[in-house]
Amino acid sequence: AGGVYWVDSQQKRYVPVKGDHVIGIVTAKAGDVFKLDVGGSEQASLSYLAFEGATKRNRPNVQVGDLIYGQFLVANKDMEPEMVCIDSSGRSTGMGIIGQDGFLFKVSLGLIRKLLAPKCEIIQELSQLYPFELVLGMNGRIWVKAKTVQQTLIIVNILEACEYMTAEQRKQALAKLSGN
Amino acid sequence: MKATPLSNCERRFLLRAIEERKRLDGRQCYDYRNVRISFGVDYGCCIVELGKTRVLAQVSCELVPPKPNRPTEGILFFNLELSPMAAPGFEPGRQTELLVKVNRLIERCLRNSKCIDTESLCVVAGEKVWQIRLDLHLLNHDGNIIDAASIAGIVALCHFRRPDVSVQGEEVTVYTPEERDPVPLSIHHMPICVSFAFFQQGTYLLVDPSEREERVMDGVLVIAMNKHQEICTIQSSGGIMLVKDQVLRCSKITAVKVAEMTELIQKALDNDQKARKEGGKFGFAESIPNQKITAFKRESAAVDTNNVDKQAEEIITKADPPSEVFTQPILHTPGTAQIGEGIENSWGDLEESEKEEAGEEEDESEAAAFEGQKMETEETSTVEETSTKKETKDETIVLSDSEEEDVVILTPQEPPKRTRTQTSLKQENTSKKTFNKRRRKKKAAY
Repeated sequence: AGGVYWVDSQQKRYVPVKGDHVIGIVTAKAGDVFKLDVGGSEQASLSYLAFEGATKRNRPNVQVGDLIYGQFLVANKDMEPEMVCIDSSGRSTGMGIIGQDGFLFKVSLGLIRKLLAPKCEIIQELSQLYPFELVLGMNGRIWVKAKTVQQTLIIVNILEACEYMTAEQRKQALAKLSGN
Repeated sequence: MKATPLSNCERRFLLRAIEERKRLDGRQCYDYRNVRISFGVDYGCCIVELGKTRVLAQVSCELVPPKPNRPTEGILFFNLELSPMAAPGFEPGRQTELLVKVNRLIERCLRNSKCIDTESLCVVAGEKVWQIRLDLHLLNHDGNIIDAASIAGIVALCHFRRPDVSVQGEEVTVYTPEERDPVPLSIHHMPICVSFAFFQQGTYLLVDPSEREERVMDGVLVIAMNKHQEICTIQSSGGIMLVKDQVLRCSKITAVKVAEMTELIQKALDNDQKARKEGGKFGFAESIPNQKITAFKRESAAVDTNNVDKQAEEIITKADPPSEVFTQPILHTPGTAQIGEGIENSWGDLEESEKEEAGEEEDESEAAAFEGQKMETEETSTVEETSTKKETKDETIVLSDSEEEDVVILTPQEPPKRTRTQTSLKQENTSKKTFNKRRRKKKAAY
C-alpha cells in the first residue's frame, strides 16, 4: 500500500536535492556569501549568517579549502543551489565547519545510502575496530578521523572496498585486522 | 567543468601520511601500481592501465614525401590528448600547461632517443617515406600520466606492423596485409619514463604518484631510461632544488623499475604474438574483462611470502614441544581402557564477557536441577574475558539470523588441570547437552 516507490540506482555523479545533507569544500569567499563545491554542476552558495550563533558582528571562521557539512535549502535545476548550516529552528544539529584533521574521500552514492541506512552493519563492525569520527555526505563524500594516520587509512580503505565486498569478505577482513 | 578543489584537510592529511611514510593505497615509497597491458585487434593498438590511470595508444602509417632537409629519413609524429572523460578539469580544445608538458616529454623520450630507426622507414629517397603517427588518449586520470603514456607509446610502436614494400627500379609496390605479412618497425631500444614526486622541499620522494599525491607534491622529476641503463631524457619541474646524490639515487631506482617494466612489456607482446599465431582470440573484447556493477570483485592484494620460511621456523621453535605419545592402554576396570590423555580444552578461547557468564551460570544451574547432574556447576568458572571483539564475532555469527528471543550461548569453560582426564569425557557430555539445550529451546519457541 502507499504506492510510493524508491528506485535505487548506482551512480557517482551527484545532483543537488533539497533537504540533502552534504559535505562541501569552500572555494571562494565573496563578501557575505561563501561558494562551495558540492560535486554538482553548479557551486552552492552559503550565507555567513546561516551558522548557529552567527550575527553580522560574529562571523564564522571559514577559510578557503575548509569542509562544511550542511543541507540544501534550495536546489532545483534552474538556479544555483543554496546551503545552510542550521535547521528551521536555528539549531545546528551537527552541521557546520568540519574539523581540521581527518581525511576526505569520495565513494559512489549507492554506498552512502547503504551506510546511512538505520542499523548499518558496516559502521557497527567498524566501530568495534577503532574509535573514529565519521561524516557522510549525500554527495558521495566521506570524512573520517581516527587517532592515528594508519587507523584512518585502514578505515578509508575498508569503506572504499565495502562497495565490492560481500558481507562475508568484509567480516573476514575485519577479523584479520582486529587480530593484529 | 571546473576541477574539484583540494580541501585543506586532505592536503594536511596527505602530507602527514607521507611524513610517516604511508601512502593512501598502502604501497611503499618505491612501489609501482599494477600495470596491465591489453592489445586490440589492429596492430599497433593497445591500452595500458597503471592502477586506475588508463591510456589508449594507436599507431598508424602513411606514405608521404620526406622533409626537404632529411630526404632519407621517415617522419615520426606524436600526439597526446587529454580526453574530458579522464578528469572533470579537462576540456576539449583548451591547451593546458599539463598537455604541453606531457606532449613535449613524450616527444623527447621517443624521438630524441632515436629508439626507432627512421632510415629504415625510407622507401624512395627524396620522394616517399613512411610517416609513423602515434596517437595517445588519456582515458582516466588517476595520477602519473607520463609513465602510463610512455609505456603505452613504446608498446604500441613495438606491436605495430607496417605494410611490406618492394622497390624495383622506379616502381614501388605496397603489399596489402593479405598479399604479404606486414613488417614490424625497427626499434633499437625501449625508453620508459619513471616519475618521482617530491615533498617538503625534496625531503620525501614517492615513485608513481597517484592523483591525490600529485596535487600536494612540490615538484616532479621524470627520468626516461632503457633497459641498458642509458638515460634518454631527464626533466625536473615544479621548481624543486635537488641535490646531486638525490638525482643519482633516483636514476638507480629508475634502472630497477625500467628493467621490471621492460620484462613485463616483453611478456605481454609475446603473449599477444602467440595468441595471434595459434589462431586464438585476441583483441580488447577478450583482454578487457567485463566490469559489471552488480558483480562483487576486488583485485587480490599481493602477499609478501619472502619471510614465510623464516617465520614458520620461528613459530615451530617457539611452540611447545608436542606431548608424549602414550602407546600403552591404561586399564581402569575390566572393559574400560584409556589410551593417552585428552588434549586440553581449547574452547576456552571463545569465552564471552562476565555478563554472559553470569547469565550462563543461572541457566546452567537451572539445567543442573533439570538434568540432575552436579558436574556442570563445577565448570562454570568466573574466568574473565577481555576480548570484546571475539564476543562480537560470536554474536554476529549466531545472532544475525536468529529469530529466537532469548538465545543463550553456552560454551564449556576451561577446566582445572587436575581433573583433566575426567574433563575430557565431561566435555563430550556438555557439548551434547548444550546442543540438546538449544534444540529444546528452539522447540519450546515454536
